[in-house]
Amino acid sequence: MEQSTISPEEIIKTGTVAFKPTKAMIDTNMSYCPGCGHGVAHRLVMEVVEEMGIIEDTIGIAPVGCSVLAYDFMDIDMQQAAHGRAPAVATGIKRVFPNKHVFTYQGDGDLAAIGTSETIHACNRGENIVIIFVNNGIYGMTGGQLAPTTLPNMKTSTSPYGRDVDMTGQPLKITEMVALLPGVAFVTRQAVHKPGLVRKTKKAIKKAFKIAEEKKGLAFIEIVSNCNSGWKMRPDASNIWLEENMLPFYPLGDIKG
Amino acid sequence: MTEEVIIAGFGGQGVLSLGKILAYSAIMQGQEVSWMPSYGPEMRGGTANVTVILSDEKINSPILNEFDTVIILNQPSMVKFEKEVKPGGILIFDPNGIHNPPTRTDIKIYTIEGVKEATKLKNTKTFNMIIMGAYLKVKPILELDNVHKGLEKSLPTRHHHLIPKNIEAIQIGMEKVKPYEVSQAHLLN
Amino acid sequence: MEEVHLMKGNEALAEATIRTGVDAYFGYPITPQSEVLEYLMNEQPHLRTGMAVLQAESELAAINMVYGAAACGKKAITSSSGPGISLKAEAISYIAGAELPCLIVNVVRGGAGLGTIQPSQSDYFQAVKGGGHGDYKLIVLAPASVQEMADFVDLGFKLAFKYRTPAFILSDGVIGQMMEKVILPPQQERLTDAQVDELYGDWATLGKKKNKPRNVITSLALKPEIQEEHNHHLQRKYAEITKNETRFEKINCDDANYLIVAYGASARISQKAITLAKEKGLKVGILRPITLWPFPTEAIQEMAKQVKGILAVEMSAGQMVEDVRLAVNGKVPVEHYGRFGGMIHSPTEVCNAVFEKLVNC
Repeated sequence: MEQSTISPEEIIKTGTVAFKPTKAMIDTNMSYCPGCGHGVAHRLVMEVVEEMGIIEDTIGIAPVGCSVLAYDFMDIDMQQAAHGRAPAVATGIKRVFPNKHVFTYQGDGDLAAIGTSETIHACNRGENIVIIFVNNGIYGMTGGQLAPTTLPNMKTSTSPYGRDVDMTGQPLKITEMVALLPGVAFVTRQAVHKPGLVRKTKKAIKKAFKIAEEKKGLAFIEIVSNCNSGWKMRPDASNIWLEENMLPFYPLGDIKG
Repeated sequence: MTEEVIIAGFGGQGVLSLGKILAYSAIMQGQEVSWMPSYGPEMRGGTANVTVILSDEKINSPILNEFDTVIILNQPSMVKFEKEVKPGGILIFDPNGIHNPPTRTDIKIYTIEGVKEATKLKNTKTFNMIIMGAYLKVKPILELDNVHKGLEKSLPTRHHHLIPKNIEAIQIGMEKVKPYEVSQAHLLN
Repeated sequence: MEEVHLMKGNEALAEATIRTGVDAYFGYPITPQSEVLEYLMNEQPHLRTGMAVLQAESELAAINMVYGAAACGKKAITSSSGPGISLKAEAISYIAGAELPCLIVNVVRGGAGLGTIQPSQSDYFQAVKGGGHGDYKLIVLAPASVQEMADFVDLGFKLAFKYRTPAFILSDGVIGQMMEKVILPPQQERLTDAQVDELYGDWATLGKKKNKPRNVITSLALKPEIQEEHNHHLQRKYAEITKNETRFEKINCDDANYLIVAYGASARISQKAITLAKEKGLKVGILRPITLWPFPTEAIQEMAKQVKGILAVEMSAGQMVEDVRLAVNGKVPVEHYGRFGGMIHSPTEVCNAVFEKLVNC
């Protein structure tokens, strides 16, 4: 999508195209809570796939978690993986189809808890895939439990008095960890709760797909997002909380490449 | 003809490869074979054994509890396998390291000084082929020609220059194997 | 000309994967099947056929790599032993639920737990009755020779693709580790991407074609009505497989008064045992299931009309014997015999068990 330079007056005028659906998205209601960042993140990935003209050669992997049904929204060939195993599934695909575009779309529990091993090893092998890692610091689908990326003292249904780091450890900065691995060509942390950040994130996703296409190694994009339901907040309040609490701990910007 | 043999000794003595060369040689002679190793963490120094069956007919069980021939290369194997020689069968052993020699009188027993002969050759790796020679002398079931072909098949090409040394060791084994009388037991001690 | 080789069961299976035109092997070392991965790595099949071979970081990763490759309509295989198969169980259930073809090999060792690395047949329940969660079945082939270790790779993939369901080779430490003569299958070409598209393009994730519906591989159905219908569909498929694909071998059954039912290494050992029984004047036949699922229920029912008693011989505390009893349904006595925990019964022990448990009881 072109960056919008349309004035508010023009938008009101009949016949002006201010916003159009992405061809690579299915025209349906999403299952995500109103205010959730997943919808924007889905759309950005699909916009990139569409703009690069690779719909016919892209295979996406949906995880277990809120985005388990990503294949109901992304209009491409997709496979749903067992909890945490998306990078292994992507490896299997990439090894038999080295020239297809393969990406995983995973949450923090999937990628940084149960699937840590698959994540680290796919990164270390330098699989030429894209990993989209949506970090909202909580298990959304199962009802708001402690995640590996839950902030210290943050309340969840399994840390009702706040995350006790003496008991559960510090939040896992897995994005910084994978940046250490030589197989990973590009690591960046982005967010999608503000228009400017959305544009930056899209640019990063496009760069990631190009890097994987050129077989330079694995491209890893963390998207720090909100979970207004799990955080028990209104959507606007959750975005402010994200700015004030998540971003100081998970600072945005390129980490590698 | 069916020959059921077990070779038992320490890992590192070449027990499994001796079995493999036997099996390959039998194939060269158009026979059916089966080779079943003991396997596991026992590498050098642990116990190792291999059951080899050579036959003109299709082989059913690769697992046996009695044998036509038992070749024993260490004391633990003597304890385990002396009793598994079929009555009238053959036991061949290297007296090196054997402190309780065989006592059965219903079988034929032979000795081969494999360790001693291999040391004389200044090549301990020929040990298993000396044993092979002893076996083939006692049980001439394989043509030496086929053993040569068996060696070619089972050794990687880069080791083919060692085949004459192996054949030499086999011939030494054939010369040095001798019958053993149970009543001689005291001579070993 | 036929190529005769002397190979271990594990090596024959590995070579057969290359020759069967398999696209990918994903594995992790575990005794007694590590020779499969070692052999493949040594052969460099990417140079011979373009087959991909990868040592995964775990059995979990390996089977999920298989899941990914299988979704692409490619021939993918993994092998392991009991503890590793337990780890793979979740993904095997996914693969069955998502109706993908693949081949999984278990060279069984003694359990439970870390157990022993010596041969066993105590993973029958795991392979035949499930192992993973949910209402699914695997086509389970039980090789009893090195030759069958090689031959069942092709058979397993043919059945897996015919029915779009995972096939499973349930071997054991004896068949995996022993060497015997094997005639290796001829080299098949791997399918080209275009051929895969033509054959499996209606379900495989190959990239969404213009003007064609996209393909989604999933085993998720949030609505129970949909899951129930899917499970009915699977059950209809399993009934079809049972009708068409039950395989077994009868040995000396024509005039037998007693019957041994045994698979894999136990079937081989039992063959020697029945020759020992014959020397003692007893006619014992063997029914060897080649497919453990579908199980040769009808063939055993037929034999139950002829014999006075049946002995299920397996290196386990008694697993397959349950299916034999279900088949026989009380018509004649059915007993179990087997050493287990890594111990292997000898032909003499099996022969004695026929007398003790069936004849002199």
